[in-house]
Amino acid sequence: MTTRLIYFAWVRERIGMPEEDVELPAGIETVADLLRWLRSRGEGYEHALQYPDVIRVAINQEHVDHREKISGAREIALFPPMTGG
Amino acid sequence: MSAVLVATVRIQRPDFDVAAEIAALTQGRVDIGAVVTFSGLCRDEQGALSALELEHYPGMAEAEIGRIATEAGERWPLQGLTVIHRHGKIAPGENIVLVVAASAHRQAAFEAADFLMDYLKSRAPFWKKEHRTDGSEGGWVEAKETDTQAARRWKRPPSE
Repeated sequence: MTTRLIYFAWVRERIGMPEEDVELPAGIETVADLLRWLRSRGEGYEHALQYPDVIRVAINQEHVDHREKISGAREIALFPPMTGG
Repeated sequence: MSAVLVATVRIQRPDFDVAAEIAALTQGRVDIGAVVTFSGLCRDEQGALSALELEHYPGMAEAEIGRIATEAGERWPLQGLTVIHRHGKIAPGENIVLVVAASAHRQAAFEAADFLMDYLKSRAPFWKKEHRTDGSEGGWVEAKETDTQAARRWKRPPSE
């Protein structure tokens, strides 16, 4: 199944694109697995995700923690801690 | 408890008119005894900032602020609530965010507005980038631990 990944702020800048559609390989079950897999995809990803603990994640536009299962996610967004308000 | 709160949530590029938003919330109502308004402005402390650029997650920004507004309506007896958050480039002195909370008595409106701002800061998907007057990029504003702590104090439900 195709999953849309969306990036914001410095995560977007370091990865070098605002979004992409990916086919997740077997064995990627949680958000933490996804972050680990993405880091292996190249320098930009490694730079963006080198401290995975600070990366915030939303699945289908709702905040989740890194233990969340990602099966069935249409849209997964990765971004830094928010600074609105 | 009163009827379910219908909050107005808007994410927009243009400025907003604070007085007009208060009027829109209170017009024709006689049950509102208190209106608390918070406006957040773009601040420049060192004279080096030309603008803040606010990036947001379209769709989720509206949804998340809607969820926060719904929670506020469950926790306090509000008669009305308006939340407006701007995006795009915002110059020092300009408005960024507006919360207007209306209730019968002042305590609910004060507390709800305070809660809304703490949750907006730590959960609404917006990010600020600085642009400097010398034309360079000042980088992304870092999240503050004090904001996270401010949001944490609302974890305990309000005492009955």
